[in-house]
This record gives sequence, C-alpha cells and structure tokens, in this order.
Amino acid sequence: MAKILAVDDSASMRQMVSFTLKGAGHDVIEASDGVEALKLAQGQSVDLVLSDVNMPNMDGLTLCKNLRQLATYKFTPILMLTTESAGDKKMEGKSAGATGWIVKPFNPDQLLTTIKKVLG
Amino acid sequence: MSIDLSQFHQVFYEESYEGLDAMEQGLLEMDIEAPDDEVINTIFRAAHSIKGGSGTFGFNQVAEFTHVVETLLDEVRSGDRAMNQSIMDLLLVSVDCMRSLLQELQAGDDPDLTQAKDLKAQFEAILKGDAAPAEQAAGGDGGDITDGDAADASDGAGGQGYHIHFVPEETLLQTGNEPTRMFRQLAEVSENNIEVMASFDRMPSLTAMNPEHCYLAWDIKITKAIDRSEIDEVFEWVIDDAEVIITELGSEETVSAATDPVNTENTEPQSEVADPIVQKTDETASEDKTAVQAPVKEKAKAKAASPESSSIRVSIDKVDSLINMVGELVITQSMLGQLGQNFDISRVQRLQEGLAQLEHNTRELQESVMKIRMMPISFVFSRFPRLVRDVSRTLEKKIDLVLSGENTELDKTVMEKIGDPMVHLIRNSIDHGIEMPDVRAAAGKSETGTVELNAFHQSGNIVIEIKDDGAGLNKERIQQKAVENGLIDETTILTDEQIFDLIFQPGFSTADAVSDLSGRGVGMDVVRRNIASLNGSIEVSSETGLGSRFVIRLPLTLAILDGQLVKVGDEIFIFPLVSIVESIQMDDSSINNVGGHSDVLQLRDEYVPIVQLHELFSVNVEDTIDDDKIIVVVETDGEKIGVVVDELLGQQQVVIKSLEENFKKVEGISGATILGDGTVALIVDVSGLSKMSGTSIKQIESAHKAA
Repeated sequence: MAKILAVDDSASMRQMVSFTLKGAGHDVIEASDGVEALKLAQGQSVDLVLSDVNMPNMDGLTLCKNLRQLATYKFTPILMLTTESAGDKKMEGKSAGATGWIVKPFNPDQLLTTIKKVLG
Repeated sequence: MSIDLSQFHQVFYEESYEGLDAMEQGLLEMDIEAPDDEVINTIFRAAHSIKGGSGTFGFNQVAEFTHVVETLLDEVRSGDRAMNQSIMDLLLVSVDCMRSLLQELQAGDDPDLTQAKDLKAQFEAILKGDAAPAEQAAGGDGGDITDGDAADASDGAGGQGYHIHFVPEETLLQTGNEPTRMFRQLAEVSENNIEVMASFDRMPSLTAMNPEHCYLAWDIKITKAIDRSEIDEVFEWVIDDAEVIITELGSEETVSAATDPVNTENTEPQSEVADPIVQKTDETASEDKTAVQAPVKEKAKAKAASPESSSIRVSIDKVDSLINMVGELVITQSMLGQLGQNFDISRVQRLQEGLAQLEHNTRELQESVMKIRMMPISFVFSRFPRLVRDVSRTLEKKIDLVLSGENTELDKTVMEKIGDPMVHLIRNSIDHGIEMPDVRAAAGKSETGTVELNAFHQSGNIVIEIKDDGAGLNKERIQQKAVENGLIDETTILTDEQIFDLIFQPGFSTADAVSDLSGRGVGMDVVRRNIASLNGSIEVSSETGLGSRFVIRLPLTLAILDGQLVKVGDEIFIFPLVSIVESIQMDDSSINNVGGHSDVLQLRDEYVPIVQLHELFSVNVEDTIDDDKIIVVVETDGEKIGVVVDELLGQQQVVIKSLEENFKKVEGISGATILGDGTVALIVDVSGLSKMSGTSIKQIESAHKAA
C-alpha cells in the first residue's frame, strides 16, 4: 500500500484515478491544482505523485519543479498525466523533474500497471 | 480489476458543461486584437479537460471533435496562430456543438455528428492551410485518441534474449527514476531470467562524489525470449537521459535457450496473461456502455427537454454549518427529553428555556438548509454575454453588456425560472431600446449602447435590474397602440407610470415590424405572469432619450412564503404578503354595485372589483354585519382586487406544501401549509382569484362609465 497524491483540475478524472487507486488498496490524497498540491505536499511525504499538466493557478510542470525543491520530494516518483504524446512536451516534463508520464486517455488497468513501475 | 467507469459520467458531464460555459465566457470577453494569455489558457484547459475526460470515459466522438478544437487553441496559446474573428466564430459554434453532443450522450441517444463533422473539416482546413507547426501538432498528437497503450508493439519477440547496456546520466535519480525499480520490472517481465552487472568505471574519488548522483552503469543480460517492446517500456522514461543499447543475444545462445524446456513452458502462460487483460478492458468498455444507457435514458425521459443537472454543488462551509446546527438540535432534543421525565410544575421555567432554544435551533437550521439551495446568480447571467453578442451582431448594433452583483445568491428553482423572462427583457432592450449606431451618434450619444444587469439583496428579496441607455419607452406610441388595441380610451389621461404599465397588458406589442427577435407572440404580459408565478413583481421606469430600467423583485426562495393569515368563517387562508397592497375596514358607503351583479370598491380615485372569499370557496359563514369585515386589497398582473374576509390574523412565514401532489389542483389556491396547531391552511393564488371572479378593471371601468 502506498500513499499517492493525485492532482487534476478535472473532478471526474480525479475521482476515477482516486477510485482506481483506492480500489487497489492505496491511500490517496487529492488536489485540484498545483497550488493546492504543493500545500498538501509540504506537510507530508508521499510515495508517488500523479499530476495533470494543464491546470489553473499552477500547472503540473511548475508543480513538479517546486516539488523537487522540497527535501522530501527530491527522489519521489512524479508521473504526469498527459494527452501530449509529442516528444517535446515529454522533454519539458523531464526537465521539470518528472519521472515519467501516463498518456491520456488511459483506463484503470493501464493506470495500475504503470504505477507499479515506480512503487516500492 | 474491473471498474465501472459509468459511475464517473455524471461528474464528467457536469464539469464539461461548466468547462463549455467557461470557454464561451472566455471567448466572449476576449479582445481579438490582444488576447489575454490567462483567458486563452482557461479556454484551452477547458477544451483539454473535455477531450481528456471524453477519451477516458469512452466518448470518442466528443474526444475526436474536441481534439481539433484543442489543437487550434494550442496554436493560439503558443502564439503560433493569431486569433481572428472567423476563428472566434468557429470556436463559439464548436462550443455549442460540443454541448449538444454531450447532451445527446447524456440523454442516452446516439449523437448527431453532422455538425461536428462539418466543423471538424473547417478546423482541419484552417490547421492544414497553414505552416508546418500546425501539421506537426495535429499529426503528432493525433494518435493519442485511439491509441491507448504507450508501447508501440512494432518489434515482435526477438531472438532468445537481450543484452542491455545501460549508462544513465548522473542526474537520473533527480527525476525520481530508480534503476533498481527498472531492474525489478525487467526481472518481472523476464521471469527472473536476468543477470545484472554493475560497472564502477565512472565512479569518482570520494571527495569529488555527489551523493545524490548516479555514477554506476549496468550491463543487463536477459536470457529469455520476451517482446522487445516490454524492454522499451521499462526504459521509456529514461531513454533521453541515458545511453541504452539493446542488442539481441547471439544465435548460439538463442538455440540453447530455445531448447530449454523451462523457457518454452514460460511463453505459454504469458500469452494467457495477456489475453484476460484485453478481455477485461473490453468488458469494462461494453459494461459501462450498457450500464450508462439504461439509467440515463430513463432520466432523460423523466426530464424531457430539460437537460439541467439535477445535482447541485454545495460548498463545504454550508454543509459544515448544517452539521453543526443538527448537532445543536440533537443536544436540545436530549435536554428536553430529560426534562420530560419526572416533569413537575417547578421546572416550567426550564421547559420554556428549552423551547426557546429549540426555536432558535430550528430557525438557524432552516436558514442553513435554505442556503444549500442558494446559488450565485452568475449561473443565469453567464448566458447573456453570448446572447448580447449574437443579437447585437444580427441587428448591427454596438452594445456593451455590464454585469454586476453576479455573486448575489438565490434559490436554484427561482433561478431556473427567471432565465427566460430575463432573456426576453434583454432582447427587448437591445431590439427596441438601444438605437442604431448612427441614430445614437446623431443624438450625441456614444455609438456603443450599454445594457446593464445588476442583482442585489434587499429586505428578503432579490432585486434584478436590467437597464439600457437607449431611446427609452415612447409614451405617445404606447398610448396610441393601447388605444388601437382597445386597452384604453383616447381621452384617458394617464400618468407616466400608468402608461409604462400598459406594456405589460396582454395583447400589447409596440414593435413596428415583427422582427426576428422579439414580437414572436411572447409579450411582456407573459414576462409579468412568469415573474408573478414566482411571487415576484416587475416594474419599469423610463426617460425619453436616456433609456429604460426594468426592476424585478423576487423572493429568495419558493419553499417558504411570508404570509398574511386571514379568517373566513372557520377557515384560515393565507395571502402572500407581497401581493397585499393594503387592508381596510369594510364600509358600505364606499361599495358600489355595478351592472347589477358585481360590487366595486371605490378606493380613493380607483375602482376595485370585490370578491367574497367565502363565496368563491363555498365557506359557510354566519351572517355578520358587513361593517365588521375587512377588505384585503391585493394586486396581481397590475390589477387590484378587493377580497372580503372576516378577520385579519397574524403574519408568519409558512412552508409551502404542494396541493397538487398531495390532493389535486384547486383553482384559486396555489398551495397549502400546516399551521402551528396542526391544521391545514390554504394559500390563496391571487392571480387565479382575479380570473375566478371573472371581473377586471376594464370591465368595471367601462361599466362605470356607461352608468
């Protein structure tokens, strides 16, 4: 069981991700944008961050950069949920410090398979 | 694990509609010459979320269409494409198109894709007709709608194993990629047929070492026939940050591996593993299709044409305060319960205190519950910028819409019903109120007219103002028209107020030509009636050349009414307090009998028809002297009637119960309530009353004149 921070401005995506992860026995904290996520992250450490890229207030890439500045998040896996499969967007994610990405649309099984790669 | 995705559909629809509203609003407030980045980002994000969500939840028709919209928006966002009027128009139409696609899907129908296809072609034409970045964006992104899995399974199972030379960049760990996890994954896919050798060649001296860097490199040997794509997937995220050289193992080893019985056995279960996964995804997909369609269809039937969502978003503060109130109530209840055991007269004082506490709790609870249904009026206001834009373009007028007080809250039910009357009033303001730019310029006004919408709370009501700086109501024209329609006499002298009031009379329309917009048979009388059915009122004031101002007053909620209790015989009736103009002692000298059958009350210089409540509702009353009775003068649809009752009782807030649901519809009665002593009292429908009495001002006035 892992503690996962799920960040997405879309409530339906957040619910789907959260429901899937909880169903697999994980502990999920939700945030609806980068600012909220960063605030939540500052108080605790998590095993994995799943974040959307396009969000109001603070986008996923900025969140990623900011998280990497925190001592407890230096090596934490951060996966970006992205629809951009184009290479340059992925590179942007990498240079922001993201561990990897999950390409939308994905289904719950794909989500679980992917996060297994970085947990534990 | 199989998850039924349909459980997220409702949320997806709601948030998509919100997103579309945000897109629409953003587009409308956008300055085409110099678009604001934040506005474009908001619009882009909304489209992006709808695309992501619709793809995830299986609405590929929407996802495909939204994709081209998003691609175009992305180009605008990144500055590769300038915004122009035709793109703006196309985007606005697309918003409508996406909304209708979603509505059809929500209703369980197969969406009509004609418009979507047409629009998509237009987007593609724009995207293609341009330079390379457009092509690239469209092409590069195109795959992700249909293609869910990241691995391109181009290479089949290669040879009988692989050698992988893996030299990560020193900063690999900073991205959270951990080589040991990758090796674990390789071990998993190769079922432990793996050898990993670390190389220390890059290791610096201890003093030069950064403990957070990765200096190791690895050589990995996989001695099992697996799909090349499975290895690619392991290194997918680090391929740009590391040197990864994957070579198939030599043919000798291949042969020896092939003869190994363990390996052949192992390939079998693997294909079995792959199969159920595929099936499972299929199942999930088909399951949610059937699961969604059934319930949604039912819902759609029940709600017919209204796609309005039946759920309501409540801020957590409101819920918290509600829970808090209920807690207080429980405490009071247990306090009273305790008091009830072994009660004696000495504890009356405490009982009274307890009851006062209970009253206090109940009132607060009531207020909190009411607040849950309250929503900011911006939900209604938000549709007007588009309306104003479309209407003013059709009429070639220049109009600014100014909104204020968008955060004023009112009951959701009231909100749903006030939209249409407001649309009508705003169309009217634009169509009849604001003049053409040249006319305005000639009158020394700015070419651009202004329509202002304002909302605020005032003594338990919500007040909505619709103000324009147009030509104002034309008094002569109104009067002339009213004479033509037989509403008034040529010689009638009316105050300005009375003239303006004429526009609310049934069968009155001043539009010289029946235009596309107004004059479609829905007149101001309907607007007034709709507002009256919400227990509200509307008034107008106007000044020639300066503009008109409509003021709508509405109760904050429909569930509770401020009522005046009256007694007729043994029955208690309730009048909505807002409808009462005044109450007077009945005086025979002021009552005239007109035309032999109907009584009128001479109220100062007005004649008001009189109805006997006990006659209308067949209440037995003892013959009492008329002078003891009270006439309650009520106003509806701009007409006054005097209602004769026996006695005025108190005023109180009453909770409205539907008579139709619990009994049947009764003419002249809008509902019922339960009084403190448990008896049922009927609430009088004032406008129904005037219809029942069958008399109107005009009849009486003409009769009076004839007399």
